[in-house]
Amino acid sequence: MTTAAMVKPSKPWQASPRQRFNSALVYIAAIVASYVIVAITPMKGKLAYAFVFFVAFIVFDFTLNLFSRGFPVAKDAIARAIVAAGICVAVFPILSIIATVIIRGYHGLHIGLFTHDMALNSVTDPVNQGGLLHALTGTAILVLVALILSVPLGILTAIYMTEIRGRFMKPIKFLVQAMSGVPSIVAGLFILSAVVYPITKGYSGFVGSLALSILMIPTVARTSEEVLLLIPNDLREAGVALGGTHWRTVAMVVVPAARSGLVTAMILGVARIAGETAPILLLTGGGDKVNGDPFHGPMGSLPFYIWKSYSVGTPESITRAWAAILVLLAIVLVLFVSARLLSERRSSK
Amino acid sequence: MSHAVLSAAEGAIPAKREITTKPRFSDRVFRAVVSSGALSSLIILGLIFFFLAFQGYSVLRSQGLHFITSSNWQVVTDTAGNVDPKHTQFGIAAMLIGTFLCSLIAIIVAIPVSVLAALFLNFYAPPVFKKIMVAVVDLMAAFPSILFGLWGFFVLMPSAEYWAKLIHHFFGFIPVFQVDPPIFTRSPFVAGLVLAVMIIPIITSVSREVFSQTPLDRIQAAYALGATRWSMIRAVVLPYGRSGVVGGAMLGLGRALGETVAVYTVLNIVYQVNWHVLLGAGGNVASMILLKFGEAGPQEIKALMAAGLVLFLLTLLVNLGADLVVRRSGGKGR
Repeated sequence: MTTAAMVKPSKPWQASPRQRFNSALVYIAAIVASYVIVAITPMKGKLAYAFVFFVAFIVFDFTLNLFSRGFPVAKDAIARAIVAAGICVAVFPILSIIATVIIRGYHGLHIGLFTHDMALNSVTDPVNQGGLLHALTGTAILVLVALILSVPLGILTAIYMTEIRGRFMKPIKFLVQAMSGVPSIVAGLFILSAVVYPITKGYSGFVGSLALSILMIPTVARTSEEVLLLIPNDLREAGVALGGTHWRTVAMVVVPAARSGLVTAMILGVARIAGETAPILLLTGGGDKVNGDPFHGPMGSLPFYIWKSYSVGTPESITRAWAAILVLLAIVLVLFVSARLLSERRSSK
Repeated sequence: MSHAVLSAAEGAIPAKREITTKPRFSDRVFRAVVSSGALSSLIILGLIFFFLAFQGYSVLRSQGLHFITSSNWQVVTDTAGNVDPKHTQFGIAAMLIGTFLCSLIAIIVAIPVSVLAALFLNFYAPPVFKKIMVAVVDLMAAFPSILFGLWGFFVLMPSAEYWAKLIHHFFGFIPVFQVDPPIFTRSPFVAGLVLAVMIIPIITSVSREVFSQTPLDRIQAAYALGATRWSMIRAVVLPYGRSGVVGGAMLGLGRALGETVAVYTVLNIVYQVNWHVLLGAGGNVASMILLKFGEAGPQEIKALMAAGLVLFLLTLLVNLGADLVVRRSGGKGR
């Protein structure tokens, strides 16, 4: 009988305990080095710690890998450290922004924000008086009107790009992209020159919505296009094979299949315009009391409220601005997460 | 079978249906509606150009090329309060230079960070981490600009001022880093950093998309030849994605050029040509429009419309460039 030697399965790609120990050592050495160097040199501040830690980490890691595994691996280790630093620098601002908004805006939150407007208060009053009701309703109306104006155009553009695929597909693709690059202030100036001066001659919510829908159409069009492209061609062929005309196939097969994706496109469009400030400042102005009529008179909105409170510059008004930003950020966050969840559900089906 | 026979047998056998590829009436209506909807982007862009040019025409004609080469902005009125067209001057050169300066700083800071972040997300990050990070970066692209403005003013500026002093201390001998008088607050440098934070998500997500389309066989071939991860990236991914990154950077540049509110909050807008990036004086066409709009008279508003037209054409040009570059992307690499 031969004795079969049992081969113990090994995982050569995994780090051995020794390697783990070594890399932990590198981290510890780098942290120690950053403390020591910052302590003995005139450098100071959090940035100095981060910088010295980064340099020390690279030096130690390079040396370790150079002696244990050779030059190419050591070079790879440097690259890995630099790439990781890149993502840290990219993500740090967003964490800082969210933390700042929550910490500073938290003091300004109270239940009255959602039940009162500022008709009887000024932004310099104590923080617990007055509220955001006019701004919230105003933003809701602005967004709703912009939604009604831009969603049909955006989705039609997307259908043209995916279903008709006509002669002008490439130019239109470029034009949509160019439109998404139109600065918001230019959209504001355009509505000012085309609608406000010749026709309405004053602030109103509707003209603000017009400018916002210019900014929203490209977002809706591009996202819907991506969604419609994901619909399998089999569905279209099945629709045509059953005798449906092109129109019936698109309206009754393709669009219903992409429904949740199209809702995602709308949500992302709303997230894009909810905080847009520059056209609001030019076009809708901002009243201090609830104005439910989009066609007459200035209309308050969250961005205008933030802008006004920030510009006044007293401690109370700045707290108000941060509280309003917290509300705006929460709205954007909710919209964004719901868009994510919708598209997640679609792709898992 | 001839046509005559068929019609003779009408009633017994249903007439043969005409087989045609001609679209039906309903389809023709459908196509017309969808195509006209799709042309809306062309119409809107055309209208923007037309109306801004229409309003700004008189100013552009009276100022000529001086509108973009001089930096005088003064409205002269005669004793009756009417605008004197002879001495009134509109020139946006200072603001144009300021716009380029801020955007340039933003691009210089944002490109390396975004490319590294995109590389990390595609080739280094564990799957769960990658999913979260991609969502976070996309979320950041949806943040309103006023949020960046306030964050820049209250949080970033104190730190950035300190960094500016460091740069001035160590590199002050280079002309662009000279600061005289020593005012470091609200400089183009700070505005550029805020813009960089705003465009990093855009460039990152475009680059990530391009990098993820790198053909898998090339990546595996590089590994099979014994490449480390970094040498694979250098030999395969970067050459493949280079033009996509440039395209993404130009998209970011387009956003940075037209940014209004964020720049307005962090930049001290002074109407003069300023090349010293750390000095607290600068400008930007978009924020200048917002600044001057409040107390502008009819003639000045026309000039602002003309400035808006220049900005519009500028962003259109940058987007055209981005489009051309991105379309050329892919297919290359070792």
